[in-house]
Amino acid sequence: MTYAIGDQVALRQVFGETLVELGGLYPDLLVLDGDLANSTLADQFAQAYPDRFLAMGIAEQNMAGTAAGLATLGFIPWISTFAVFAAKRDLDQVRVVIAQPALNVKIQGAYSGLLTGFTGKTHQSAEDIAVFRAMPNMTVLAPADATEARLAMHAATVHRGPVYLRMTRDPSPVIFGPDHRFEIGRGYVVREGRDVAIISTGVQTTRALEAAEILAAEGVSAHLLHVPTLKPLDEQAVVEAAARTGAVVTAEDHTIIGGLGGAVAEVLGERHPTPMRRVGLRDTFGESGPNEALLEKYGLTARHVAAAARELLKALGG
Amino acid sequence: MGPLDVATVEELKEIARRIRCLVLRSVHHAGAGHIGGPLSAAEILAVLYFRVLHIDPTRPDWPQRDRFILSKGHSAIGLYSALALRGYFPIEELNTFDAINSRLQGHPDMTLTPGVEMSTGSLGQGLSPGVGMALGARLRGLSFRTWVLLGDGEIQEGQVWEAAEVAARYGLDKLTAMIDYNGLPQFTWPDFGERGRQRPTSNLPAKWEAFGWRALEADGHDVESLLKSCALAQETVGRPSVIIAHTVKGRGVSFMENNFVWHAHPLSEEDLRRGLLELGEQP
Repeated sequence: MTYAIGDQVALRQVFGETLVELGGLYPDLLVLDGDLANSTLADQFAQAYPDRFLAMGIAEQNMAGTAAGLATLGFIPWISTFAVFAAKRDLDQVRVVIAQPALNVKIQGAYSGLLTGFTGKTHQSAEDIAVFRAMPNMTVLAPADATEARLAMHAATVHRGPVYLRMTRDPSPVIFGPDHRFEIGRGYVVREGRDVAIISTGVQTTRALEAAEILAAEGVSAHLLHVPTLKPLDEQAVVEAAARTGAVVTAEDHTIIGGLGGAVAEVLGERHPTPMRRVGLRDTFGESGPNEALLEKYGLTARHVAAAARELLKALGG
Repeated sequence: MGPLDVATVEELKEIARRIRCLVLRSVHHAGAGHIGGPLSAAEILAVLYFRVLHIDPTRPDWPQRDRFILSKGHSAIGLYSALALRGYFPIEELNTFDAINSRLQGHPDMTLTPGVEMSTGSLGQGLSPGVGMALGARLRGLSFRTWVLLGDGEIQEGQVWEAAEVAARYGLDKLTAMIDYNGLPQFTWPDFGERGRQRPTSNLPAKWEAFGWRALEADGHDVESLLKSCALAQETVGRPSVIIAHTVKGRGVSFMENNFVWHAHPLSEEDLRRGLLELGEQP
């Protein structure tokens, strides 16, 4: 499956299609669904492989534990539910029976971030990166677009050990072509620049790319480092981006506390102290509303990312 | 006994007695640990590990082996004692229980201890991996059975009933839960008068039956009663089974029986001496 640059493709569509693709490649792959398959689009797998689709009902804690039991038999269980439930409703279960024994369970967090289809605070997941990043043995992924989401699912399936994969609900632009390569733990320079480095993750990278273009039109050369693996973080790439520009702006559809902004600040604080601004949710819950209105109100648009870069450069006397 | 021998009823009684002695010695040596729960589960563990489970201690990874999960993970020293007696590791290793760098952690760790099938210790979590193992066995075409030992206190956790619902929906008849029904959790409910002496009045067989399980009851300190219930569980078709084993917390040591203080408590030299003598062993 390939996706054309510029097309609008929903990552949940990619999730369903890629599960079917992976199902053909890996006979041990199972999908456990928390009664949301027609939202997450795991229903495509249910149709293709009904015997390997396990309905688990609205009971995420048991779903996590059941996945652990299946993993002990060599299966590759993919848990599929909303990010908000995957990261919190079953948190202790993931910690005790999946993360500590490092069992080979993949956790899909669908509907991550604020854009969850008019569902509001209970369904918006703005802490999942922070939660899973703090958990030993967990790998945390947040792909930027359809191309990368598919590759990340392949990489997660092959990886031995627990993986959390955060994906968004609604269509977003494809920014990577068929030559894009994905490797767990690696950051990708999407655009080279010298004045300020924007470090972004997940679908927010599509807005960061737009921000870089806004800045370019103003004569500001922005470097864009995309970090689809939150853990293990590509520390070297982060340090290099900071060293080359001396100014770093992070961008994520997640709280800046413990998310990408927190992770980058931790690395730079120890290895290459650099002035920073963090764009993301600022210690607040969301609400229901249209996508564009939410991005605007909570400061997540490309313009907000560009403004943060501008303000940082001004503070540095640039 | 060799690794594949089956124990007689008399031998099972003796094994339960030895499990109790090892629990006391290990907790005394460690200077801390849970006692009441491991003592109430001694016959259950003896019956499972020396008669019911199809296992081979020389091959802990044998794919066809029956699975056992100790959901009430704080009774780890009871499990370790049974595993050591069964030959999974040397009995002397029980002296490392709770010690730094030990394979015998305060709560079971499947990555460290031979024979431990699942990491547990956060209560209410063990039945769900059991559901996964039973489902997985069916998908793999393997005929092994999965046994999960729960405490009656931890079934207050909602996850247990999530697992019960899903196990029944999938008709997992190779899954059996056992409840060590000693009726005495750590601090118990405030309304029960003299703290912890009254059993919860909940009607457990009716609860499990309502969830679609076959509910069986046993005297948890009578190995023949346990063996009979296990046999009934093994021949159950089309639904999972639960054995509610009526037990006494702290069983076998008079001053520990039905006393919530001995849920977890350090053992003094004198406690150990008295306990072992009551269990018919020279300190």
